[in-house]
Amino acid sequence: MPKMTLSHFEASLLFALFTSIVMGVVTKRDDRERLRYGVYVFGCFMAALVGLGWLMHFGHG
Amino acid sequence: MAKQKQPKDPMPSPRVWAGPVVLGWLVPGGGHFLLKRNGRAVLLLVSITLMYLCGLMMHGAMFQPQTGDLLTTLINTGGFIGDLASGALYVLTVCLGYNQPDVAGAVHDYGTKFLVTAGLLNILAMVDAFEIAAGRKN
Repeated sequence: MPKMTLSHFEASLLFALFTSIVMGVVTKRDDRERLRYGVYVFGCFMAALVGLGWLMHFGHG
Repeated sequence: MAKQKQPKDPMPSPRVWAGPVVLGWLVPGGGHFLLKRNGRAVLLLVSITLMYLCGLMMHGAMFQPQTGDLLTTLINTGGFIGDLASGALYVLTVCLGYNQPDVAGAVHDYGTKFLVTAGLLNILAMVDAFEIAAGRKN
């Protein structure tokens, strides 16, 4: 099995991408809503990622 | 004025939903393919399979059900159910010997989370297939 080495950011980005696609596909009732919800979930993941990253940065001093 | 309770939908016959749900467990998006939702099926298949493969390539560990204190039982049994929910991907991984022992390291840890999350997302896809087959969703 080939080895994949990713940084924290790359791994989180991939996680957010796959999860938001599936969340978008399974939750809403028409394609427009699905797309909008998928983008929204991805945006929330990114906001949490950047926000928590800065929080830890300042927390460590 | 008191709200009136909505009557619950009766549970449909297993003959209606068992096929899509079981196929959805075996192959991510398989239930949607069976129900002719091909576009959504492809998205589910690609996303869940790629997530699982990324987890394997990051050398993530597979959980084994263990008992002990509450937290150990919860984490290991929950993780095992998450892994098992990936269906054929999990079975193939175990049969071909690609399951890794748990090792320390951030990338391996991400890999373990990717493997479990792929299974949990597959459960969401199976629930969606059930709702479509039962006529609760288009």
